[in-house]
Amino acid sequence: MDFTFTEDQIAFRDAVHSMFMREVSPELIRELWDGETGRSDALWAELVNQGLLAVSVPEAQGGLGLSDIDWVLMTEEVGYYGLPEPLLDNAYIGVAGLNALPDGLAARDETLAAIAEGTLRLAVDNGRDPHVADAHVADKILSCRDGKVVLFDKADVTLQAVESIDPSRRMFVMTPNGAGQVLAEGVDAERVAAAMFNRGALAAAGQMLGLTRRMVDIAVDYTVQRKQFNRAIGSFQAVKHLMANVMVKLEFAKPVVYRAAHSLAAGVAEQDVDVSSAKVAATEAALLAARNGIQAHGAMGYTWELDLQIFAKRAWSLDNLWGSRGCHKNRVGDFLFSADAAIGPSSLFTRED
Amino acid sequence: MELIYTEQHKALRAELRAWLDEHKPKTPLQSFDTEDGFAQHRDWERTLASGNWGMVTWPEELGGRGSDLIEWLIFEEEYWRAGAPLRVNQNGIFLLGPTLMEFGTEEQKKRFLPKMASGEEVWAQGWSEPGAGSDMAAIKCKADEDGDEFVINGQKTWSTRAVWADWLFGMFRTDPNSKRHHGLSFILVPLDTPGITVRPIKQLNGQTGFAEIFFDDVRVPMENRLGEDGEGWKIAMATAGFERGLMLRSPGRFQRTAQDLVRLYAKYADQNGEDAALRDTVIKCWMDAEAYALATYATASRLIGGGSIGYEASTNKIFWSELDIRMHETAMSILGARAEMMDRSGETADADWLDGFLFAQAGPIYAGTNEIQRNIIAERMLDMPRA
Repeated sequence: MDFTFTEDQIAFRDAVHSMFMREVSPELIRELWDGETGRSDALWAELVNQGLLAVSVPEAQGGLGLSDIDWVLMTEEVGYYGLPEPLLDNAYIGVAGLNALPDGLAARDETLAAIAEGTLRLAVDNGRDPHVADAHVADKILSCRDGKVVLFDKADVTLQAVESIDPSRRMFVMTPNGAGQVLAEGVDAERVAAAMFNRGALAAAGQMLGLTRRMVDIAVDYTVQRKQFNRAIGSFQAVKHLMANVMVKLEFAKPVVYRAAHSLAAGVAEQDVDVSSAKVAATEAALLAARNGIQAHGAMGYTWELDLQIFAKRAWSLDNLWGSRGCHKNRVGDFLFSADAAIGPSSLFTRED
Repeated sequence: MELIYTEQHKALRAELRAWLDEHKPKTPLQSFDTEDGFAQHRDWERTLASGNWGMVTWPEELGGRGSDLIEWLIFEEEYWRAGAPLRVNQNGIFLLGPTLMEFGTEEQKKRFLPKMASGEEVWAQGWSEPGAGSDMAAIKCKADEDGDEFVINGQKTWSTRAVWADWLFGMFRTDPNSKRHHGLSFILVPLDTPGITVRPIKQLNGQTGFAEIFFDDVRVPMENRLGEDGEGWKIAMATAGFERGLMLRSPGRFQRTAQDLVRLYAKYADQNGEDAALRDTVIKCWMDAEAYALATYATASRLIGGGSIGYEASTNKIFWSELDIRMHETAMSILGARAEMMDRSGETADADWLDGFLFAQAGPIYAGTNEIQRNIIAERMLDMPRA
């Protein structure tokens, strides 16, 4: 029983942290808002160079074969820095979907290998949310829809851009022109869809943890500098408690997210319950961080100028992607109110056995 | 990350489960805030100690089993799963015990810990005074040195379990010229010492769960001081860390309440139909109880790896106390008009929710109010400026 990360996992996280601190500034994010694609080829190339696209591609396809536990700390960094590039859609969610396909499928192995070496960019269509993110910069779209898993070439689909409240998110309504390449049907397709949905939800949850901490950091900085009544507004209890309440939610969302990563990696039977708990807990923390972060800034909080908006808008978007809070609470409820559900003291890790 | 119990863990769980099935009281004990109930609970502590279950984390020679913190969590989970009696000596085993382990001399450990583990000596706390509540550094109750004794004069209040307890631990001003958190010492006082008057205080539920204590030239030997002269504040902060951070409220307690809440909802949904809003709240309560358990395992893992309790002590205390209120409020809503009834002749399990609801009101106050915890989080976790 050891609920901690290894030194390697911490070191990997620290390396990603340093790179994002260098490469993913709010200034760059704002610059990309005005670009045609909203994306930076240079930043993408850097992600490829650092090997991040290969993290959970199997070793046989040229990847590192690492697990959800290795990813979870990195998803926090993606959130903390508001990375606009679709790293997680490709290297975590898309790769998990491909990994869940039956062995020996040539298209699976080729696509995985191409993602790992950075020669192919994927967009993912989860079949639940109406839009596909970043399809405009993708070479292929991995789609789970109508009980099938289909790999479309970009040329096989028509894309219509839809504006998001988060200027970093580039969303598209996708209409297939042809059948695409069917990779799986029936139970195989269900397995792929479930693998992607759970990773999508967990990736959102991990980002929410990072977004929460970033918004707290921005708000605390402001309340230390801003003076009213001849003192820093951060010295007032009412302002302190706005931030403390977010920290309570954050501290109790983290272990839920980490445990869900473990459940996916270990293939625990009730992994859906653990992932859904993680998405709800982390989302609540991030939404409160956005709300209280804006409040702590006063009128400044309601401006375009303030960088807090980069992170608040990401949180508002992620809230309803890969399952809303209602959807995830219902997944937990279906388990809780099922006959013979193992709940209560002594049941916490018995689902792992 | 390895979230699987070892064979040793599983064996401990199985042994304890079997032992509790055999030994736990067949009918619920009376409240330990009544004279008879206190005696029943002390008997239960003796029974627990007869199976070496008094405090599993302590060394064997001091009445324990030398267990690690994961094993302690397993103990707590099984204890709450079995619905065994509340621990009448929780001030001793969960707060003073770990403090003695860190700051006590070998003689003090041998003198106090075994009798604590066996329930032979039940402990009360002596922190608050009429003028020192959240502002604990305003303590005035003084302990003057006289030869090899302290002479204590003053008043303590809100002292939980003090009405029938045997000993009190607390903080006293040993340097008469000191101010605030300087010049305080941590002293252990037998409550039957001449000069002590214990006056019971009725709590919200009508029982005398705490007391005020008057000290009039109370003499205790110098060897009853824990740590060095003037170290009281430092030691008390460590005690508060154990209290808020880990030991006082183990997750098993809240997981059990959440499980009972799920069952309560299901029972009345069968009779009265589903209520989507209540169902949603019940689901969230269960998720939060699980989150608390996971956070505690993470803390225990870190401590086993050589870490120490940090500011999560403050986030913990807020989280469990507010979860406890939310769970009991939800139960009251599920019970509807039945909720207020104290009659135990019918659905006894339902009436227990009312006791829990009342007690939950105290959670955000004791062990340091939640407002003070929020200040600690803001000032020490986030470095926000002090007023």
